[in-house]
Formats: sequence, C-alpha cells, structure tokens
Amino acid sequence: MLGVLVVFSLLLITVYFRESDGGALHDVQGAGATVLRPFEVAATRVAAPFQDLYDYVSGLVGAKSDRDRLRAENQRLRQQVIELQSADQLNKSLQAALNYVTGRRFPQDYKPVTAAIVSKPPSQFEQQVVIAAGRADGIRDDDPVVTAAGLVGKVTKVVGHEAQVTLLTDEDSAVSAIDLHTRAEGIVKHGHGPGQTLFLDQVPKSEHVAQGDRIVTSGWHSGSLSSIYPFGIAIGRVTSVSFQSTELYASVQIEPYVDFSSLDSVIVLVAKPSAEKTKR
Amino acid sequence: MIASDAGRAAGLLFVTAILQVSVFNSISIFGGRPDVLLVTLIALSLLRGSIFGAVGGFFVGLLIDTATLETMGVNALLFTLAGYWTGRYGETTGRGRHAPLLAVGVVTVLYSLAALLLRFMIGESDSARVVLLDALPPSLLFNLLLAVPLFSFCRWVLEVGRETEPVREVRLLE
Repeated sequence: MLGVLVVFSLLLITVYFRESDGGALHDVQGAGATVLRPFEVAATRVAAPFQDLYDYVSGLVGAKSDRDRLRAENQRLRQQVIELQSADQLNKSLQAALNYVTGRRFPQDYKPVTAAIVSKPPSQFEQQVVIAAGRADGIRDDDPVVTAAGLVGKVTKVVGHEAQVTLLTDEDSAVSAIDLHTRAEGIVKHGHGPGQTLFLDQVPKSEHVAQGDRIVTSGWHSGSLSSIYPFGIAIGRVTSVSFQSTELYASVQIEPYVDFSSLDSVIVLVAKPSAEKTKR
Repeated sequence: MIASDAGRAAGLLFVTAILQVSVFNSISIFGGRPDVLLVTLIALSLLRGSIFGAVGGFFVGLLIDTATLETMGVNALLFTLAGYWTGRYGETTGRGRHAPLLAVGVVTVLYSLAALLLRFMIGESDSARVVLLDALPPSLLFNLLLAVPLFSFCRWVLEVGRETEPVREVRLLE
C-alpha cells in the first residue's frame, strides 16, 4: 500500500512538473480548487471574528506609538499633497507641450480586479496565496497584484476561477524599484530570513539613499521589453542603510507598506487593451 | 477499522485541512506556525494504524496541493510518509503516554527536512538556515503544545457514540 501511494505521488509530481499550464493535471487541479473554494470561504467566515480578535489584541501592543507616528506622518503628507498637486499640474502641461510618449500608467491604464484570498500558503516558506478570481475575470500570468497600501506581488498561475499570487516576500520575487527621493535604482528582494523585511539590492554605494525614503516600482522600458510592474506602485520605506567595505553595493533595508501577514483581499491590475502604448 | 470510523477520521482530516489552508496558515507567532493538520494526521495515525495513516495522509496531502495550487503530489508524498511512519510507530512501540508528544516531535522535524529536500529537488529551494534554525524551533514548540489536546480530541471524535458491546463468551485458543 505504502509503495503504491509513494509511486503514485512521485508520478503526480513528475507529470505535473513536465506538463504545461494548460495540461490535464493542471485542469484537474483547477477544477478541484473551484470545488474546494466554498469550503474555504465558509471556514474563513467562521474564523473571521476570532481572527479579528487576534489582530485587535496584537495591534494593541504598538497602538500608541503607531498613533503618534501616524499623526506626524499625516501632517507631513498634507503638506506634500499641496506641493504635489501643483507639481502635477506643471507636469501635465509640460508633457502636453512636449508630446511626451509614456508606457502604461498606473493606475489609469489598468482595470482593477478585486479578489478575496481563499487559501494561504501551506507552509511559511511558500509565499503564495490563492485568490478567488482567475482567467474568467481576465487575469493573466504576471499581472501585478496590489492593495491600497502598495505592491503585493504578481500572478504566477491562473486557472478558470482562481489564480495563484506569489508575494513580494517570496525568495524568488524580484522587482525593479527606485528611490523617489534620490532616484537611485535597485532590485527589491526578500532577505534570507523570516518576517517581511525587504532589501533594495544592487544600489551603488555612491547613491545617497537615506532612512525614510520611499521606494516605488521603477517600471523600466528597454526596446520592446518592459517591466511587468508599471512605474509608481508603492513598495515600502527605507528603514536602514549600511555599507560594508567588502561589498560593492549598499545594504538597504525596506519595511513594506503592505502587511503580508494579514492579507484578506487584493487587487489584480489587468492591463486595459488600449493601453499598450499611450500618447499624452 | 469499520466504515463509520474511517468516515469520521476522513471528515476530521478534511475539516482540519480546510481550516489549515484558510485560517491557521495565516497565524505566525515568533516566526513559527502551528501545523494543526500534521498533528491531527499524527494523532489519527497513532489511533488507527499505518494503513489509515498512509491513505489519509495521501488524500489530505492531495487536498492541500489542490487548494493551494502547489505542485501536485508534493504534500501528498510528505503526508503519506508521515502518516505511515506514525501508524507503524503506534502499532509497534508507540503505546505509552508520551507517544503523541514523541511522534509529533520526530515527525515535525523529519517533515521539515523532507519538505526542504523535496522542494530543493523540484527547484523550489528555500534557505536551509531559515527552515531549520529560524522557523523549525517555534513550529516544533507549537506542534508539541497541540499534540496532547488534539490527540485527546481525535480519540473523542472516533469513540463518541460508539456502543461497546459486552463480552458474551470467551474462546480459548489451543
């Protein structure tokens, strides 16, 4: 009995690994996931009050310091909004005057598809979640996934009515990013450790990245190639910068805006067909 | 094992698997995560033997692979081996008071090692330091804390409502 089950498991792994995303086993898995979805949604709803209580209690620990920090941040942001509004007006008029050509712009060139998270990663080493929207909702592989707070990750697998999202905290995730203050570019990756801390890699020591700088997606273009993430999706805030004499690059630590441990729903950015290249 | 007994155990595994993927997987304390499903499988395998452990482990692993859209067969293989080993332990020497604790401790460590190895072999490698040094100790602690209550709960689920027939006769074997 054991031998049969082990051989069958190995056979499943082999077939699944070798077939394409549209293969028979992937289709069976997609259908199975759809069947299981109502049970998962029901379990999530039953557990929601308990989970809210847990979040409430754990939130109380840092509530006072959070309040003070957010008050100060709110004051600073109000001032920035006024400055940015005038800069935006100037930017628009200059772009119109120069007939400036851009790639996809975030968020206006994307259709947001909001979806609940129906299953969390089976172990803490797998940073993927399954969402309740799939190919039928227009979602495709590599679509960026965000929340109101910032970048969450990208779609890595799509079936009929569900999709798998690989989070930014996955070891295989990498996003081209830019420091809004210094324009220093780098690649945001997850560090080799537990928790949510991210790193801005490949930043030359000559760039003066400072604590508190905001990091957003850089949305690069090179010929016909372009980043799957548009420019300007918030990623996080720089919490520390250090230099080691033996390293070529600065070590920039980022605290993500998104709290990956309490994700309930996400927004998938599906590119509008007319937005392949926009002329302003 | 009678059919209703197997049905109850399968139902318990199904409910636990659904709760694990939709609720418990989002709980992380000190970098560790309680694996309620693994502990439940261990408890049921100890109570119902290696065949149930292997078959139950296989199907519940397949369920996890399906619900999380992970590579099909990975969790099925790991849970099959975990269920079978625990069942064999229960059938042979694991009958003492400390058997659930010992089984949960050993299986949690072996499961992490096997998962690390298997994921490395299929190209989804994780940091061994994170798996074994950062995450394993708190997860092991949580699983050990869950071992005795979950074992008692599983035994209660399997035995509740079961009528014990009085012994009417005793036959001596020659």
